[in-house]
Amino acid sequence: MAESIFWFIAAFTVISAAFVVLNNQLIYSAVALLFTLFGVAGLYVFLWADFIAGVQLLVYIGGILVLIIFGIMLTNRISSVRLSQTNVQQGVGGAVAIWLFILILMVVSKTPWNQMDTIEPASTVGDIGTLLLTKYLLPFEAISLLLLGALIGAAVLSREEN
Amino acid sequence: MDQLNNYLFIAAILFSLGVFGVMTRRNGIAVLMGVELILNAANINFIAFSRFGGMNLDGHIFGLIIIVLAAAEAAVALAIVINIYNNMNTINVDEASALKE
Amino acid sequence: MENIFINYSILILFLPLAAFVIQIFFGKRLPREGDWVSVGAISITLILSIAMFIAMLLDHDPNFKQEASFTWLDMGSFSIELGFLVDNITVIMLLIVALISTCSHVFSIKYMAGDIRYSRYFAYLGLFTFSMNGIVLANNLVSMYMFWELVGVSSYLLIGHWFEKDSSADAAKKAFLTNRVGDIGFFIGIMLIYTGIGSFTFSHIFDGVASGMLTGTTLTLAGVGLFMGAMGKSAQFPLHIWLPDAMEGPTPVSALMHAATMVAAGVYLSVRIFPLLTPDALLVVAYVGGFTALFAASIAITQNDIKKVLAYSTVSQLGYMILAVGTGVYTAAFFHLLTHAMFKANLFYGSGSVIHSMHHALHEKHDHESDPQDMRNMGGFKEKMPITYWSMLLSTLAIAGVPLFSGFLSKDAILAGTLSFAQHHPGHILLPLFGFGAAAITAFYMFRMMFLTFHGKPKMPSIIDDIHESPKEMTGPLVLLGALSIFIWYTLPYFNPLSSHGWFTDLVVPKDAVVPGNLTAYDIEDGAHHAHYLAMYISIGVAAFGILLAWAMYIKKALSAETWSSRAGLLYTLSFNKYYFDENYNKYIYQPTFRLANKVAWIDWELYDKYFINGFGRLTDWASRVTGKFDFDVIDQILVDGTGRIANLFGRTFKTVQTGKLQNYVLYVTAGVIIIMVIQSF
Repeated sequence: MAESIFWFIAAFTVISAAFVVLNNQLIYSAVALLFTLFGVAGLYVFLWADFIAGVQLLVYIGGILVLIIFGIMLTNRISSVRLSQTNVQQGVGGAVAIWLFILILMVVSKTPWNQMDTIEPASTVGDIGTLLLTKYLLPFEAISLLLLGALIGAAVLSREEN
Repeated sequence: MDQLNNYLFIAAILFSLGVFGVMTRRNGIAVLMGVELILNAANINFIAFSRFGGMNLDGHIFGLIIIVLAAAEAAVALAIVINIYNNMNTINVDEASALKE
Repeated sequence: MENIFINYSILILFLPLAAFVIQIFFGKRLPREGDWVSVGAISITLILSIAMFIAMLLDHDPNFKQEASFTWLDMGSFSIELGFLVDNITVIMLLIVALISTCSHVFSIKYMAGDIRYSRYFAYLGLFTFSMNGIVLANNLVSMYMFWELVGVSSYLLIGHWFEKDSSADAAKKAFLTNRVGDIGFFIGIMLIYTGIGSFTFSHIFDGVASGMLTGTTLTLAGVGLFMGAMGKSAQFPLHIWLPDAMEGPTPVSALMHAATMVAAGVYLSVRIFPLLTPDALLVVAYVGGFTALFAASIAITQNDIKKVLAYSTVSQLGYMILAVGTGVYTAAFFHLLTHAMFKANLFYGSGSVIHSMHHALHEKHDHESDPQDMRNMGGFKEKMPITYWSMLLSTLAIAGVPLFSGFLSKDAILAGTLSFAQHHPGHILLPLFGFGAAAITAFYMFRMMFLTFHGKPKMPSIIDDIHESPKEMTGPLVLLGALSIFIWYTLPYFNPLSSHGWFTDLVVPKDAVVPGNLTAYDIEDGAHHAHYLAMYISIGVAAFGILLAWAMYIKKALSAETWSSRAGLLYTLSFNKYYFDENYNKYIYQPTFRLANKVAWIDWELYDKYFINGFGRLTDWASRVTGKFDFDVIDQILVDGTGRIANLFGRTFKTVQTGKLQNYVLYVTAGVIIIMVIQSF
C-alpha cells in the first residue's frame, strides 16, 4: 500500500515537473512547480526526512514560489499578449537532456550502492539542531552570511536609479 | 520505496527536466523555475543518500543549506529579472544578448 | 783571351737590341729619325766581330770552343739551360751578320730616305740583327728555337714594311706562315731529341747520340724534323714559296735577310746538327737540297723581274748548301754560305741601286705605270751606272763559278763532294747531276740578267738620260762586297786560285759524326779531295757553256730568246709561272681548309649557338616564367591567401558560437559534460 502511494507521488512529481518545463503559459508553469514541490516534500516524508519536508513546504513553496509568482506578475503584461514560450533550440536541448538522463541512469545503475538497513528515527529535528550548532556551525554561520548578502544585493538591485 | 535506485531515478528525471527547462525556456522566470527543479533533484539525492547510508543526518543538513541557497538565489535572480524588465521592457532571455560577437 | 769572346758575344748580341728599343720608343723624335743610333750600334758590333775574327785568326786553333751556360728554367726534375757557344764557325758567322747588317744599314740611309716609317725600319733591322746573332750564338736547341721564331717575326715586320700594299702584307704573312710549317717539324725534332736524351744542349746531345741513347728510326726522324726547320727558313722545296714573294720588302732587307743571313740560318742549323744526322737523314737532306737547286734555277731563267731572278737564285744556291750538308762535305756548305753572303748581298745591293735609279727616272717622266724592277724596261745601263755595273759583274762571275772568284772555290768543293758521294754510293748519280745542271743554268740566267740590264740598247729610251749612279752610301757597300767576291780573301795565306786551302779550311775543320756507323770526317774529306780535279774540270765546262749561251742569246742575238721560249712551249710556261706551285697550294690546301673552317664556323654559329646556347636561354626563361606563375598562382594565391581565407572561415564559423545567449552556453556546457563523461567511461 505504501509502495503504491510512493509511486503515485513519484509520478505526480515527475508529471508536474514535465509540465513546468513544457508548458507555454507561465502561470501554469508556476502552478505546476507548486505541485512538483509538493510532490518532492512527499518524497522527503518517505525518506524519513520530516524536518526537511516541513522546511520544503514552508520555505520553498511559501517563500520561493511566492516570490516567483510575484516576479511573474510584475514582469509580464498579462493583459497583453499570450505569454508564449516558444522555445529556442528545443530539439537539441531535448536531445542533450535525454542524453544526460541516460548518462546519469547508467552511472546510477552500474554503481553498487552500499545500502544499509536502518531503523526509522523518531524525529530528526533534534538531531539536526544539534548538528547545526556543533558539527556544522561554520556552514551555518556562512549560510546566514550568504543570506545577508543576498538581502543586501536584492535591495541594491531594486533601488531606483536617481 | 525502500530502494535507493528509485529515488535516484526520480531525481535523475527531475534533473534532466530541469536542465531541459534551463536550456530551452525563453522567459527568464521560466529559466529560474528550471533551476529550482535542478536544485530539488539534487536535494532528493542528498536526502536519499542520507537515508540509505545509515541515517546519516549530514545529508539533511546539506539539504537544508541547499534550500536556503535556493531562496537567496531566487531573491537575487528575481531582483535582476525585474531590473531587466524595467530596462528592456521584456524578459525574453534571447533579447539579452548584448555579449553577442 | 778566354772570357773576352763570351763578353764580346754578349755585347754583340744585345747592342742591336738596345738600338731596337731606343728606335721603337724614341726614334721618331730623334734628329734624322735616329738612323745614327742603329748605324752606330751596328758599327760597334762590326768592330767587335772583326776583333773576334782577328783573334781567331791569330789563335789559329781549329778546335777552339767556348761555352757559357746558365739555368733558365728550373723546376726540380726538369730544367732548361741556355747559353752561349763561341766556336770558329760562330765567329765567322757573327762577322758575316755584322758586315752585311752594317752594309744594309748604310745602304738604307739613302735607299729609304723619306720613307714614312724610317725610324721603325731601322728599329726592325736592329731587332733582326739581335735575333740572328741569337741563333748564331746559341748552344742549345731551345734558345735557337726562340731566336728562330724571333727572326721569323723580324722577317714578317720587314717584308711588310709597306703594308699599305696588299701584296706586301700578304707576302709577309706567307713568309711567316710557311716558316711556321717548317717549325712544326723543327719542334717535333727537338722534342724527339729531348725525350731520347733529356737535354737540349748541343754538347750533351752529341754525347748522348754517341753513347747510343737515341738510335735508328727515331734519330733519323729527329734529324729530319730539325731539318724541316731548315727547309722552312732556307726556302727549300716544297716550302720555297715565300722567298720570291718576300721581294716585296725593301731591297736592303732582301739583301740582308733573304740573301745573306736569315735564309742562311737553315744552313747554319744543318751544319750545327750535322754530327747527329743518320745516313738516311743525310740522304733526305741531300735530295731536297739538290732538287731545290735545279728546280729553282729552272724557274729563274724565265723571270723578268730583276729581284725575282735573284730570289730564285738564292733558293737555288741554298739548295747547293743543303746538298753539300747531305753529301757530307758540310764545311764546303759553310764556305759557300760565306761566299754566297758576300756576292749575293752585293747583287741585291746592285739591283737596289738600279731600281732606285729607275724609280727616280720614271718619277721624272711622271711614268707611274712602268715597273721599275722589270728588266725588259732596262738595258744599256753600263755607261750610266759604272760602279754598280762593275761590282755586280764581279759578283756574277763569282756566282757563275768562274775561276779566280770566291764562288768558284766554294761551288767546286761542293761539287767535288757530290761526285765523291756518287762514286762511293753508286745509284745516287742524280745528286751530282743536280749540282752540275744547276751550275750550268745558274751561269746562264745570271749573265742573262747582266746582259739584259746593263748591255744592249735601252728598251725605254725616254728615261735613259735620267739614269745615273747612286749616292756613295749605296755604292760603298757595292764596292766593298764586290771586292770580297774575289778569291784571294779566302785562300790567305795561300795564293793558289784553284785550291780552297786557306785560313778557312784550316780553321773550319769537319768533325766526325757522332752517329755510330757514319763515315768519318776524314773519309769524306779524302773522297772529296780525290774527286776534286774531276769536279773542277766539269764545273768550269758547264759554267763556260752557260755564259756562252747567254752571250749568244742576248748579246750576239745569234739565237732568239723568243723562238726558243715559244718552242719550249709548255716548259717555258711552267717555268715562267713557277710551276704553278702557289696556285696548286691554294687550290688543294688553302681553299679546302678555308671551306672546312667555314663549315665548322657555320656549325658553331648556326647550330650550336642558335639552338644549344640560345636554347638554354629560352629554357631558363621558360623555367623562370613557370616558377613565377607557380609562385604567384599556387603559393601566393592558394597557400598564403588560402591560409588567410581558412582562418577567416574558421573565425566566421566559430563566431556563431558566440550568440550572447545564455541558454546556448548552458547547452554547450552540458553537452561538453556529457561528452567528457562518455569518453571517460571508455
